[in-house]
Amino acid sequence: MAYVIVGSCVKDDVCIEVCPADCIHPVPGAQDFETAEQLYIDPETCIDCDACVEACPVDAIYAPGEVPEKWAHFAEVNADFFAERSV
Amino acid sequence: LSRPRVAIVGAGPAGAYAAGQLRASRVRPDVDIFERLPTPWGLLRAGVAPDHQEIKALAETFEAEVIGRGCRFFGGVEVGTDVSHDDLVRHYDAVVYAVGAMSDKSLGIPGEELPGSLAATDFVGWYNGHPDRRDLEVDLDVRRAVIIGNGNVAADVARILVKSVDDLARTDIADHALEALRESALEEVLVVGRRGAAQAAFTFAELHDLAHLEGVDCVVDPAEVSGAPEGSFTQRQNVRLLQEIARRERSGAARRLVLRFMRSPVSIDGDGRVESITLARNELVRDEQGMLRARSTDDTETIECGLVLRSVGYQAVPIPGVPFDERYHVLPNDKGRVAPGVYATGWIKRGPTGILGTNKRDSQETVDSIVEDLRTGAVPGRQTDDELPLDGFVSFDGWKRIDAAEVDAGAGERPRVKLTDVDELRSVALG
Repeated sequence: MAYVIVGSCVKDDVCIEVCPADCIHPVPGAQDFETAEQLYIDPETCIDCDACVEACPVDAIYAPGEVPEKWAHFAEVNADFFAERSV
Repeated sequence: LSRPRVAIVGAGPAGAYAAGQLRASRVRPDVDIFERLPTPWGLLRAGVAPDHQEIKALAETFEAEVIGRGCRFFGGVEVGTDVSHDDLVRHYDAVVYAVGAMSDKSLGIPGEELPGSLAATDFVGWYNGHPDRRDLEVDLDVRRAVIIGNGNVAADVARILVKSVDDLARTDIADHALEALRESALEEVLVVGRRGAAQAAFTFAELHDLAHLEGVDCVVDPAEVSGAPEGSFTQRQNVRLLQEIARRERSGAARRLVLRFMRSPVSIDGDGRVESITLARNELVRDEQGMLRARSTDDTETIECGLVLRSVGYQAVPIPGVPFDERYHVLPNDKGRVAPGVYATGWIKRGPTGILGTNKRDSQETVDSIVEDLRTGAVPGRQTDDELPLDGFVSFDGWKRIDAAEVDAGAGERPRVKLTDVDELRSVALG
């Protein structure tokens, strides 16, 4: 299980600054940063530390199992982003 | 030597990020923010949709980083009217324009000025309680509305028009909009995109919202979304979702939200008010830069409707006394530098693109330029230490009184009930 960024992300990149595992992408300057509508957490490398949840100014990040119903599909969206990115 | 003084014009997200960043910088200048409205945070308050309250929580960050770091607020002060650009240059070492893009792009077609044809951005201001838009004439006693555009403003407007009024009643939507939506006769909202499904600028999150509204049938013609998903991650997600919507059976819900692609408006027609819109079918052609562009064909259709909302982009307006790029509608700038001592950030700097957080990085670039120029003496410098002679403005203490009064009025049932009249806002601010 891993943390999930949902659709209310505004790309204030403070989560990237505080993430000790560098698991939030794309980072500013990355080729796909500008076209990304939000940031995503790589479920393969997230260490469930909660740092990003504390930092997020719009509460767009949830612990596994705590994602509200309206955003439930975003666990898959986060995983898909990395699955399709590495292709 | 006293501390440098920086004036920021515009208290929207770009100005707010810049203010906090300046105060956190090595030179830590005094920062004064001038804002046309009595209230701060710009489109966070007047643009972000009322049913996206979670995003409005960004205001808490601005409160901490702008108010908490000691910036001053001059609300209800319009630069160009109450104070001039030259006044600011005399009293401050650096002047930062963060005024956004206050106008909208027009369609340039006949009938656009008919009653019932509105800019979506004006409609957004109306439902969000923007003081300049509270008296907008919005007649929802119509059966079909047509929205021209495929961006997130179009998505917001479409959603607000069809969404359950009971849901909206729990938000901070303006009371006048809530009343009008309660009486709405709308049965169908048609959202028209010039290009194809794969080129639509909706975010996946917005499109997913539109596709899952209670009591609304979202309708997509399978023939218009048959192409293979391609492009950015969002574009691929969007096409896959549109294909899923196209396969759905209609539930027969009271309202339909129809997404139609590859159409451009040709004319808006009606006797004294909007009665129909004519759309032309488009083909996609690749231009010299390799971009796919829409080209209209002679194949047209006319659709009855009583409301047309154009949502084809924001556009900045020139600032008296400041250079302006008429082609790109921005202040010409290099890393935020417009002229010695004059800077830009946000939409007036880069054009109306990006989302809230985009302004954080944009403002940091401008702030880095200002800090460097202040440290190296590359600014002409202010000519006086006197304060600008201003009175009757709303300070941050005044804003806090407005904020508290609005939240109180929400009585725990709504996040707040917005005050939308400038005189009332001022009087509440004065306490």
